[in-house]
Amino acid sequence: MKRMTSLLAGLLMLLCSGLASADLTIEITKGSDRAIPIAIVPFENQGQGNVPEDIAGIVSSDLARSGQFDPLPRESLIATPSNSDEVTFRDWRLVDSSYLVVGEISQESGGYRIQFELLDIYGERRIIGEVINVSANELRDAAHYISDQIFEAITGIRGAFSTQIAYVTAQGAGDNRRFGLHVADSDGHGSQQILSSDDPILSPAWSPDGGKLAYVSFESGNSAIYIQDLASSQRIQATSFSGINSAPAWSPDGRKLAMSLSKDGQPEIYVMDVASRTFTRLTNSPGIDTEPEWSPDGSSLLFTSDRSGGPQLYRYDLASGQAERITFTGSYNSRGRFAPDGETIFMIHRASDGFHVAKKNLDTGRLTILTESTLDESPSVAPNGTMVIFATQQANRGVLGVVSADGNASYRLPSAQGDVREPAWSPFLN
Amino acid sequence: MQFKPYAKSLAVAVSLAVMAGCSSSGGTQDGSMDGTGTTMGGVSGQGMTNGQTSGSQMGSQTGIPDVRTIYFDFDKDTIRPEFESVLNAHADYLRSNPNTTVILEGHGDERGTREYNLGLGERRAQSVESYLTVQGVSPSQLEIVSYGEERPAVQGNSEDAYAQNRRVVFDY
Repeated sequence: MKRMTSLLAGLLMLLCSGLASADLTIEITKGSDRAIPIAIVPFENQGQGNVPEDIAGIVSSDLARSGQFDPLPRESLIATPSNSDEVTFRDWRLVDSSYLVVGEISQESGGYRIQFELLDIYGERRIIGEVINVSANELRDAAHYISDQIFEAITGIRGAFSTQIAYVTAQGAGDNRRFGLHVADSDGHGSQQILSSDDPILSPAWSPDGGKLAYVSFESGNSAIYIQDLASSQRIQATSFSGINSAPAWSPDGRKLAMSLSKDGQPEIYVMDVASRTFTRLTNSPGIDTEPEWSPDGSSLLFTSDRSGGPQLYRYDLASGQAERITFTGSYNSRGRFAPDGETIFMIHRASDGFHVAKKNLDTGRLTILTESTLDESPSVAPNGTMVIFATQQANRGVLGVVSADGNASYRLPSAQGDVREPAWSPFLN
Repeated sequence: MQFKPYAKSLAVAVSLAVMAGCSSSGGTQDGSMDGTGTTMGGVSGQGMTNGQTSGSQMGSQTGIPDVRTIYFDFDKDTIRPEFESVLNAHADYLRSNPNTTVILEGHGDERGTREYNLGLGERRAQSVESYLTVQGVSPSQLEIVSYGEERPAVQGNSEDAYAQNRRVVFDY
């Protein structure tokens, strides 16, 4: 009966979802010394009314957050040109900017026309000049798009500012504790609650096309894996075996879901064919096998196993059916996540002072600790491999942290209330 | 909060436990008793108190045992000796009431990764399950649900909070 009511409550909450906002804010905790100086001039409003978003401000904070850019403070701007014809390059050399971004915005037929240019100050040339037309509710998206273009033009790496993050919130204590699954822009804005429950939610995982989330919810009285379509909010219960149903991970082609199931005694890695819902068991060990992650080429899976006595990362080769241990430094390495190049993995590593996000280069075998926080968990890598989002604690509250893949820059995404955890960075969405 | 009523009997409980350890199998068990007795404080006191009462009620038609939570050491799933009496009381109750089922909820502390902690929580509940079945409880009366670190009993990052969260709860 208790389960029936909680199921009904869950359905009701599903219907009412999308109303509660749990936007995250940004606190930069560490900037990189090697950041590229760039001047971003406020875009000139050529229309009558106010523009509801500060496009240049959003671009500036996107680029600063990446740790690879050091935007010039607005008060240090020596002029406010809005297009390249108004720019005197040698003046900008005096403030040590390597690049300059200028733009204009005007209201047009219910939407906005935005023109922006990226200029190389030392080369005295235009790198990008582009016009985009967006509706009023797409202004932030337009700003992130501009950030992506600038980032890629200068670093050669595709920008990931237009991506999203999924995360779980927990509010209240004891019987009043409520859990929410949210999706927001990668800067924490525009959050949408896609599920609310009295029971724990964890392990959200984006499908490779960004259209679905697989996750674990306890609403049925035990862990079960669900797959929810983000556009329609429709969902299916993918697994509800007795024992643990956890850690869903999509294959790169989106056709399979790896997971950890303990239906046969202890947690083992299984692969479910999403269309036919048939299961293949991969591992067979007396320990806990969990936290699977597909290699970017789909040929192997990383997973955590404590078959050696403590949790360590293993790599299961699908062709040979063999699992090979790949972490040997320290007594606790878990929840491995591949960088997009497949050469580097990120994980949670326990050092003498606590649990950190660390990375390991599979070629050199070198393990590097990336964070100073000591209760880190759930690392998830941005689709361009430049940043890792993770859950940690700040003043006894769960917050999201982001660290650059080189460890040189970091920021936090705290929530206004309650705990935030279980971040999952989306794939590229455009 | 709920540990308060048991606090007074703690000293008695711990000394009983140490005596039991000495009389049964000597040195090694003694050592482990010391460790848990001193670090676990009120937590073990709760278990011991129930053990004493349930011992005298063996086989009687009493209700569900009052103490429904036992605690575990860090990264361990072994039943600590001071909680055997709690488990014995539940075993008695379940044997006397063969139509009763109970969910064994396994929990862990918040350190480490969530999915791995689900595994640790399950392992603790399985440890209780196997203890109970050895005592003659039918496996069909027992169901395991692991919550890992998702439902902490106590919030906070202290060793004490962690110790209270590493537990198995009998949910009848």
